[in-house]
Amino acid sequence: MNSLPLLSLIVFAPWAGTVVLAFVGRSVSASTNRALALLFSLSTLALALVVLGSFDPHAAGYQLVERHAWIKALNVNYHLGLDGLSLLLVLLTGIVSPLCLLASWRVERCPRAFGMLFLLLQGAALGVFLALDFFHWFIFWEVSLVPAFFLIKIWGGPGATRAAYQFVIYTLAGGACMLLGFAALYAATGTLNFTDLAQLAATGQLGPKLAGLGHFWPQVVFVGVFLGLAVKVPLFPFHTWLPPAYAEAPTGVSMFLTGVMSKMGVYGFLRILWPLFPAQLHAAAPCLLWLALGGVVLGAFAAMKQTDLKRMVAYSSINHLNYCLLALFAVASATKPDAAAAALSGTLLQMFNHGLSAAALFACVGILEARAGGLRGLDDFGGVRTVAPLFAGFCGIAMFSSLGLPGLNGFVGEFLIFRGVFGLAPWAAGVACLGLLATALFLLTFWQRVFHGPVAAGVAAFRDLDRVEFLTLLPFVVLMFLFGVLPQIVISVFNPLVTAWAAHLP
Amino acid sequence: MTLSAEKLWFIPALPLAAAAVGALMPRSGRAIAAGAAIAAMLAAFLVSCVALSTALADPAAKLVHNFAWFDLGTSALRLGWLLDPLTAFMCVMVTFVGALIFIFSLGYMKADENFKQFFCFLSLFAAAMLGLLVANSLLLLFICWELVGLASYLLIGFWFHKPSAAAAAKKAFITTRIGDLGLLLGMLWLYNSTGSLLFFDGGAGVLETAALGSLAAQFTAGGLAVSTAIGLLIFCGAVGKSGQFPLHVWLPDAMEGPTPVSALIHAATMVAAGVFLIARVYPLMSADQVLAHVPLHALTVVAFIGAITALMGACIAVAQNDIKRVLAFSTVSQLGYMMLALGVGSWVAAIFHLLTHAFFKALLFLGAGSVIHSAHHEQDIRRLGGLRGPMKVTFATFAIGMMALSGVPFLFSGFWSKEAILHAAHGWEVSQLPFYAALIAVVLTAFYMTRLVAETFFGKARSDAAGHAHESPATMTIPLVILAVCAVLLSLLAWPSPWLQHQLDPSAHSEPDGISLMVLSIVLVALGLGSGWAIYGRKPRVSETSADPLATASPGLIAFLAAKLKFDELYAATFGRLNAASAAFANFLEVWLWGGIVTLLARLGEFTGLVNREADERTLNGGFNSVSEKVRGTGLAYSRAQTGDVHGYLRFIALGFVILVLLVVMGGAK
Repeated sequence: MNSLPLLSLIVFAPWAGTVVLAFVGRSVSASTNRALALLFSLSTLALALVVLGSFDPHAAGYQLVERHAWIKALNVNYHLGLDGLSLLLVLLTGIVSPLCLLASWRVERCPRAFGMLFLLLQGAALGVFLALDFFHWFIFWEVSLVPAFFLIKIWGGPGATRAAYQFVIYTLAGGACMLLGFAALYAATGTLNFTDLAQLAATGQLGPKLAGLGHFWPQVVFVGVFLGLAVKVPLFPFHTWLPPAYAEAPTGVSMFLTGVMSKMGVYGFLRILWPLFPAQLHAAAPCLLWLALGGVVLGAFAAMKQTDLKRMVAYSSINHLNYCLLALFAVASATKPDAAAAALSGTLLQMFNHGLSAAALFACVGILEARAGGLRGLDDFGGVRTVAPLFAGFCGIAMFSSLGLPGLNGFVGEFLIFRGVFGLAPWAAGVACLGLLATALFLLTFWQRVFHGPVAAGVAAFRDLDRVEFLTLLPFVVLMFLFGVLPQIVISVFNPLVTAWAAHLP
Repeated sequence: MTLSAEKLWFIPALPLAAAAVGALMPRSGRAIAAGAAIAAMLAAFLVSCVALSTALADPAAKLVHNFAWFDLGTSALRLGWLLDPLTAFMCVMVTFVGALIFIFSLGYMKADENFKQFFCFLSLFAAAMLGLLVANSLLLLFICWELVGLASYLLIGFWFHKPSAAAAAKKAFITTRIGDLGLLLGMLWLYNSTGSLLFFDGGAGVLETAALGSLAAQFTAGGLAVSTAIGLLIFCGAVGKSGQFPLHVWLPDAMEGPTPVSALIHAATMVAAGVFLIARVYPLMSADQVLAHVPLHALTVVAFIGAITALMGACIAVAQNDIKRVLAFSTVSQLGYMMLALGVGSWVAAIFHLLTHAFFKALLFLGAGSVIHSAHHEQDIRRLGGLRGPMKVTFATFAIGMMALSGVPFLFSGFWSKEAILHAAHGWEVSQLPFYAALIAVVLTAFYMTRLVAETFFGKARSDAAGHAHESPATMTIPLVILAVCAVLLSLLAWPSPWLQHQLDPSAHSEPDGISLMVLSIVLVALGLGSGWAIYGRKPRVSETSADPLATASPGLIAFLAAKLKFDELYAATFGRLNAASAAFANFLEVWLWGGIVTLLARLGEFTGLVNREADERTLNGGFNSVSEKVRGTGLAYSRAQTGDVHGYLRFIALGFVILVLLVVMGGAK
């Protein structure tokens, strides 16, 4: 057992940053506040790399576990642990969060409060990825909504208030369903621990115990938990909160919402729903495949119709996240270890890669928006590549990463998802191809209207990237190339885990 | 000197490094970027020559080197390099033609402010193209395939400030991507059926006997062999990339790119990648040939698509007035010939034509570039004319290219390769229709090329731009001369002995040439040349507005051909509309259905909240008051987003915890 509680440090370092900013921030300058926030945000990456150094991908089960009795009367433990999936998402959070703060460097309105709330949000997300007891997992899950709400409402665009309410209430409603589901689970089993519950499910005791509450309870609980997660991802058609929230949020927060928070839902599917309710998921899979396909195809087609660039990128996020769920549902629908390993690897890779490419795209739209004084319509620009070639290059790379061009990070994940889904449900892979085509169409339309053509009237005075913007985008672009050419770097973190999953398909 | 398969990656890595150098240079680093690109290409040419000599030492051998790319489950996903005569010949051609076109670009792009970027993109293209050639894995081939698509996109849209260029780039990318989705599905199917994507892997590869046998022994729902279905899906990719009917529509528009790009990518190399792909997976494409009672053989489709494309492209080329578009449709038509050859069973003839065509079509495009460059970017042949005098080298080399393309007998390489294709088509047992289509295309090819040369170089100058034309600089004319020499010398590949055929496919026995067929094709070429000269050469056009003799004779037909058979209009009216309608439908669902349900639920919540509050106030009036108010607030906020505060919702969470605790107590009591 490691003497240093590394995982607690990972979770609480950003929150410590919030406290520091609260007490110290008042007396120092705005830029010191920004720097402090960035520093605390970077703690995740630094600690995650330390963890990566000692992480053994081949070891079964959780590592660096911290487990302490918390509320004995309720059998609630403070229980943190990490496997390849958690580590992947902690790494992603570590990479994306500081870049979100860099992208928000120009936020003039109360940067201290912005930094505090952002660090709160970051810590909550990390808590979700590391907690193994539903009790505090759910606290992290719901607490993340509070800073997100204020970040959207206060620093967002003109429609931010409405979007923030919709976002919070929709997610809360989903959360309430999940809470009730877990309340029933607790009533039936007396534990809220994910590992214990998964053990019960694996040995076939969970279903009968739930059925002990009443005949329909296994299904009811499944639906409750499912709804909570489906809203969060979001699975089509529980996604209507997403486009306004992503569009109205300030750039840095949009980046975090899509880069990290959207992964919380997929994480929940993999960590909770699938291990706990394999039979129910299997039964529902044929239906759910259609929902995921709806997100893939209709999401991409809806993106084509958007004239607000942020909404367009938001819809492309729906499309990309539904690929993850498509693969998972395909795995749940049939038992085929080879294809399942590919599909699950693809899902995990896609989570990671989407985090990078979607966040980078939001950063690019934010840069456009800042240049154009808040305009971000598809037709508000033209010829940007002529006046800002470096920016155009970076944005182009992010765009091609998002549409799955080989050589950049997005391709490998999508290829593996398609490979897996084809093996498990070939027709679904065929239908999903439409999403690939539509994605190329709307992203190239975006590129053509904004960057190509004659220089539009308002664009002539645009400057190219400044130093902060350059530093924001450069890590994204470098990582896109790196993980596109050498995906093994990422895959090695989770491949043994995924292999084990595929070998013991429930 | 020999080259092991392990080191084959040198060939694509050299231009890739040059591309990286170009990308990292500042805009002023013109000389370094161009120098690196040309040096890398020449070096890659030398390595390719070594590779060729290695491959020819034992033409039947497949030298492979496979390696793991990443872990996948209990095994790994492997990629690999492959060296055989097919790869080696292609590499030599691409690097040689590529280097000449790079040199030509020095002069052609001299005045462009993005000169450095141009060489960066060209190098990127070359790297991807060479990677495609040396791949021993369908996945690696697909990766490079997409990357040449990217390079093509960037280069077609190189003058991106022109809306037409930006639109053409997008059209090319999307149209080829449609085909690529077929290729992707074919690849997935292949992977799923065989568990591998390596072509050759010591007996376990997908192009080796075991896998082919099992693929031909399984059948799909419609009675097709699985190998047929996979082959046809892979062929979709080739249709897109090689501009075959019905996905040929992007290729003429691609002429918006700078002319060296048209020569390198859209004539000599990238568009031939589809032909190469089918030649590479030929064992798979022909695996179903052993089956007699299947509704369809994959190669039959290939042959008919090729024949249709060859004839269609030649017809349309007759009525085009833009010098580059005539050549573009000629490319479509010639690629159709290659597909036809593949389809009728002679992949060797297809590759032979691919090689000769690469040289003479690059020559023709660069000649056109030389004309356009000196005539101040005038591309309309009606406004050119009389260039034979001021541009002697360009004229002479262009004429050689034209004769090679037309198939003028004996001296020119195009004659021999076309002859091989006609011979193969004649011998096809399934149908003679493709053969007849190819014969008609022979006449038309000779005809439109004569027209092009007559209009461009003969008569007198019909515009100021043409009047002031002068010969291009040496960086442009020297590549023309070298390519012209090659257009003649490549005849040696087939004559006096069919050397290339023996190298590519040592197992094939060479059949005696049908003399009567050769005579027939010579007569047809003469017919095309003669009629072309009679109509356009004897009485040259006087001014740019004088009527085209053919258009006078048959205005409707020529207008229809000039409008490219209205394919663009047809697609805009069908697929374009379908796409727009789908997007509108998806958006409609977003706004009304999904959004509507949410609004409805919100209203319902609001109503419940209201009822609840009334009930509370009149009866309970206690701790639950705040709760119901929040429920009401929820509904209100949802529908109108006017009221409500987060503390309330946090209390909502607290309520959840209360429920939890209650359940715990209940659970404890049990």
